[in-house]
Amino acid sequence: MNRFSYARPGSVADAVREVGSSPAAKVLAGGTNLVDLMKYNVERPAHLVDVTRLPGLKEIEETGEGGLRIGALVSNSDVAYDPRVQERYPLLSSAILAGATAQLRNAATTGGNLLQRTRCYYFYDAATPCNKRAPGTGCPAKTGVNRIHAILGTSEHCIATHPSDMAVAMAALEAVIHASGPNGEREIPIAEFHRLPGDTPERDTNLGADEVVTAVTLPTPRFATNYTYLKLRDRLSYAFALVSVAAAFDMEGGTVREARIALGGVAHKPWRVPEAEAMLKGVVPERGAFAMVAERILQGAQGYGGNSFKIELARLAIIRALSQAAAGTPQSQTDKRIQ
Amino acid sequence: MADLDLPARQGFTPDAPSAALPGEIPLTLTINGERRELHVRPWTTLLDLLREDLHLYGTKKGCDHGQCGACTVLVDGQRINSCLALAVSKDGCEVTTVEGLAAPDGALHPMQEAFIEHDAFQCGYCTPGQICSAVGLVQEGHARTPDEIREQMSGNICRCGAYTNIVDAIEDVLAKETAK
Repeated sequence: MNRFSYARPGSVADAVREVGSSPAAKVLAGGTNLVDLMKYNVERPAHLVDVTRLPGLKEIEETGEGGLRIGALVSNSDVAYDPRVQERYPLLSSAILAGATAQLRNAATTGGNLLQRTRCYYFYDAATPCNKRAPGTGCPAKTGVNRIHAILGTSEHCIATHPSDMAVAMAALEAVIHASGPNGEREIPIAEFHRLPGDTPERDTNLGADEVVTAVTLPTPRFATNYTYLKLRDRLSYAFALVSVAAAFDMEGGTVREARIALGGVAHKPWRVPEAEAMLKGVVPERGAFAMVAERILQGAQGYGGNSFKIELARLAIIRALSQAAAGTPQSQTDKRIQ
Repeated sequence: MADLDLPARQGFTPDAPSAALPGEIPLTLTINGERRELHVRPWTTLLDLLREDLHLYGTKKGCDHGQCGACTVLVDGQRINSCLALAVSKDGCEVTTVEGLAAPDGALHPMQEAFIEHDAFQCGYCTPGQICSAVGLVQEGHARTPDEIREQMSGNICRCGAYTNIVDAIEDVLAKETAK
């Protein structure tokens, strides 16, 4: 691990100042991803800003519109097991519990989960080129070992995926991220928070280098009955998604008022296709319609050899997840059998 | 982690108050019930502090990347991977390691007893992490069935494969807790 200076600001304003004090400053919250990356010399911050003591960021509060405001420092466990989250946003609770381990969920924070970096093998291995870690050096994943890599929204510079489960559920729920910077507060819809790699894969998100995530708000709940988080992976627990699907319906009688579908493990950000979701509007949910939706979502999907299987896997996962959501039988994150 | 640019801490005794070396930051931790005034370099993990500075060797270093669970300790009652926690960020916290689970009179914690009774280990290297993790699992209260125990213990790897007996031991403790 490299040497760095350390600050523990007592207010968000001080934290923003500290983060802006050096281009090589990094925010430390739970540390589960950053400390790991520092041990691999992938992250080499000159200045570490420990935000764990900032006041007011550890609460889950009512927004007044039936929604919830989750402070950036609320742990993944505390979000997943919060009775209000379980009742109003069971999709989010389920997605969080599909990820990592109890120890990691206890330490990892809401803000840190959003900002975690890819698990691309080449990004993690400082001995190899990687455009995300060292811009301009190349992307060995495209022609290398790429079982876990993206099939949608890739660029010639990067085919990494965003590894979060939580963010996939938040994308389906249209969460809003709140950030504080030198010019004050701003809100970023989650769809605009994470980026596609394009020709700047070193930037995972649109958060400014001098901004700090303070909270995530969830809108008025509408998807607490017909939902599922279906995660497919190489081990039954503690593995990143090869493909995951957050699916939810707002039903009116027997027809769909609104559908939400977000995919994890397939792109540089949680993948949503609003046009595909609109195809289900007013429709009686059934497998034929789901198959057409899956085709639309995966339009333009491209495999790179090791991950080409993901296109068919994702197609089937979408259909299965939509069936689970329609039936009101969400995937269990304990009994991993897929019904 | 070799701190090549700083003087080595020769002759350090764990019971003496730690004097600050250059670059060190003051830190107060309550470790196994004992309040400790310490000084650490900011890049020292909680795991390295426990083992290298405080000579509490019960907590094990396995992968050092949060993947194996051998370093699991309880911080403010919650199980975490001590290898991924910088010690400075835990200032003021209460840390319980496997050494702190037994009663002051030496009576083993019910989870330790259950691991012995069910032969829930072979080589023993993962055991302190397994036991701390299992104690955290019981306190969290989210697991009841064997399937739930397995899922909630997925952060602890046992290379000897003592899993079935580990699950039995935890199930036993959970059953006794419920019966109370």
